[in-house]
Amino acid sequence: MDLEVSAADQEFRTEARDWLVRHVPAEPLPSLETAEGFAAHREWEHRLSADRWSVVSWPEEYGGRGASLLQWLLFEEEYYAAGAPGRVGQNGINLLAPTLFEHGTAAQRARILGPMARGEVIWAQAWSEPEAGSDLASLRSTAVRTDGGWLLNGQKTWSSRAAFADRAFGLFRSHPDTARPHQGLSYLMFPLDAPGVTVRPLGRLDGKPAFAELFLDDVFVPDADVLGEPGQGWRVAMSTAGNERGLTLRSPGRFTAAAERLAALWREAPGAADPALAARVADALIGARAYQLFTYANASRLAAGGSIGAESSLNKVFWSELDIALHETALDLLGPYGMLADDADEAPAHGSWAEGYTFSLAGPVYAGTNEIQRDIVAERLLGLPKGRR
Amino acid sequence: MRFLLTDEQREFARTLDGMLGASGTPAVVRAWAAGEQKPGRELWARVAAADVFALAVPERHRGVGPLPVELALSFVELGRHAVPGPLVETVAAAAFLERLGEEAGAGVWLPRIAAGDAVVSLCAGAPYALDADAADAVLVVQGDTVRRTDTHGPVQPSLDPARRLARPLGGTVVARGPAVTAAAAHAVEVARLATAAQSLGLGRALLAATVSHAERRTQFQVPIGSFQAVKHRLADTLIGLEFAQPLVYAAALALAAGAPSAGREVAAAKVAAGEAGYAAARTALQLHGALGYTEELDLSLWIRKARPLRDAWGTPADCRARVLAG
Ligand SMILES: Cc1cc2nc3c(=O)[nH]c(=O)nc-3n(C[C@H](O)[C@H](O)[C@H](O)COP(=O)(O)OP(=O)(O)OC[C@H]3O[C@@H](n4cnc5c(N)ncnc54)[C@H](O)[C@@H]3O)c2cc1C
Repeated sequence: MDLEVSAADQEFRTEARDWLVRHVPAEPLPSLETAEGFAAHREWEHRLSADRWSVVSWPEEYGGRGASLLQWLLFEEEYYAAGAPGRVGQNGINLLAPTLFEHGTAAQRARILGPMARGEVIWAQAWSEPEAGSDLASLRSTAVRTDGGWLLNGQKTWSSRAAFADRAFGLFRSHPDTARPHQGLSYLMFPLDAPGVTVRPLGRLDGKPAFAELFLDDVFVPDADVLGEPGQGWRVAMSTAGNERGLTLRSPGRFTAAAERLAALWREAPGAADPALAARVADALIGARAYQLFTYANASRLAAGGSIGAESSLNKVFWSELDIALHETALDLLGPYGMLADDADEAPAHGSWAEGYTFSLAGPVYAGTNEIQRDIVAERLLGLPKGRR
Repeated sequence: MRFLLTDEQREFARTLDGMLGASGTPAVVRAWAAGEQKPGRELWARVAAADVFALAVPERHRGVGPLPVELALSFVELGRHAVPGPLVETVAAAAFLERLGEEAGAGVWLPRIAAGDAVVSLCAGAPYALDADAADAVLVVQGDTVRRTDTHGPVQPSLDPARRLARPLGGTVVARGPAVTAAAAHAVEVARLATAAQSLGLGRALLAATVSHAERRTQFQVPIGSFQAVKHRLADTLIGLEFAQPLVYAAALALAAGAPSAGREVAAAKVAAGEAGYAAARTALQLHGALGYTEELDLSLWIRKARPLRDAWGTPADCRARVLAG
């Protein structure tokens, strides 16, 4: 058992660090949840990809570096420590791409992955519906067979960044007469500017307009844009959810960097003398370190041929609660300045605590609510009996 | 990087678990709490035969260590089985004596500790020595002075009856000076690590017992484990333990490497494991209902250990301050 970074991995890390030092914008980009910020972040994705830093763990043929999971983790640590911009391409890169690698055809990979890596096509996830959140399998939007493809109808909602994104991937009921709701779903991809698609932005809690609901009215999707077998959409959607996503949705680098920033804030802030606040700063440092180490252990397990299934639910609950604790502590340290939005003239110089705080509050809701994750932990990891759901 | 236990390490833990599981520890704990040391000393000898104490002693003193990772693994198992006695204090004393060397009698005491012939309690920065009545010697560190004694005041009843606390009295000064302070600081880190590991093992045992209870106990015609409120509390207990565990191993690795970050890593592990073990005890008590509040049930032996382990060798407040000190 060891925590030593090999010379090769260290070299990789140093190369990333050097690149980031030279390229991270001196001024933070505007929020990626706004039209202006979205464009700026898209440009940043392009810059990252030009030097093959946008998708380091992908094979080289798709613009990656074939980096190992551990190297990816180190890259992410460097990325967040450098204060680099948020990743506007993350839905595609973290959710759709792993699905394409597992279930896509060679032609789909060749066509879709390059533009995704370069930020030319930004993807939105269209899973949730107004009546189908936690109970995703109860979704009602339909895909009906037509010549050479499918016609989509229905409504999707709470789709992150869909107001400005280019394409979306989602689940649709394609075979309505099945015994169970999980059956007869298909996984399809469609352009957000296709005829029949209406995108209506929804303000988020922080007022940012990139969130959206989608109305679909006879939207045509060619067979080439069905991912996996028609009717097998649930399996396609879930197969990647446990394994890689458990690690990649929120990498530890984000939290270790935020915890360090919090500790720096604590050292300067007037509230630092409050022992209760100090204890919370310590807990944030401890929590971020625990998450980092837990992830190293998982990465080691995967490298040794193991797999990660329901364990990803442990991650989800842990990081989402850590994120809130971190940001709440920062706001408390900032005292009266803690209530200023980041774009206020007199916002604290450290910036981004306010947006980070509001966003952290969504953590226990999206990506499967924490109640659902705790059920998974209890039933699949502890073996407790299934109850009424 | 391969942040995974090796097959040998896993096998070592499994063997220790098997041995302790077959040792009837609840009866040993009850006897120890009543001041009867014979079953405890017999178990101590078996723990020594499994090389646990030798892990804290270097080869030149007839040990096999120091091996902090294996030591942490052992203490997870000792915690899992609620083994009584000044286990932590003895390995911390070993670390202390090893640093101080001949002046403090390392050549005499370390081989005895490794072999399980000497039970040594270490008292540094606390008013009471653990199990002074059962120890062959108590080392008392005050400032830059250490004395060795075998006399003590009356045993004070404590929250965990198996933790017998008494003030060490008298004794002779064995060493003095900055070397004592440095050795004591190192010993505290070893003690913290071992205590953290014990908390983790204790918490694992409490969780396992509670999960199996929740599967068996029926109310309203269904197992209580099918209620979400019960499930979620158990899930949170698992999450606490799962995320404390890598901190414990990383702290052990840092100590093994003599890394400058060791003090901070050990403190972080102590906070997380202490709180997780204690939370597991609270959950166990709650979900066993009144059974959990019953002394006759062996579970009580585990429940009562959790709080003292959380607070021994550095309260959460002390350890958080250490984390912030960098
Ligand atoms: C910031 C943000 C971004 C999002 N981005 C996307 C996106 O890009 N694409 C997308 O498709 N969706 C997205 N979502 C939607 C998200 O996936 C859903 O909100 C989530 O699945 C929960 O569904 P719901 O909101 O309908 O809540 P509900 O399912 O109605 O749940 C409401 C409450 O009831 C609880 N509850 C429900 N069922 C149970 C149960 N069985 N046991 C215990 N408690 C239960 C929930 O835990 C929750 O607390 C996003 C949401 C947010 C907040």
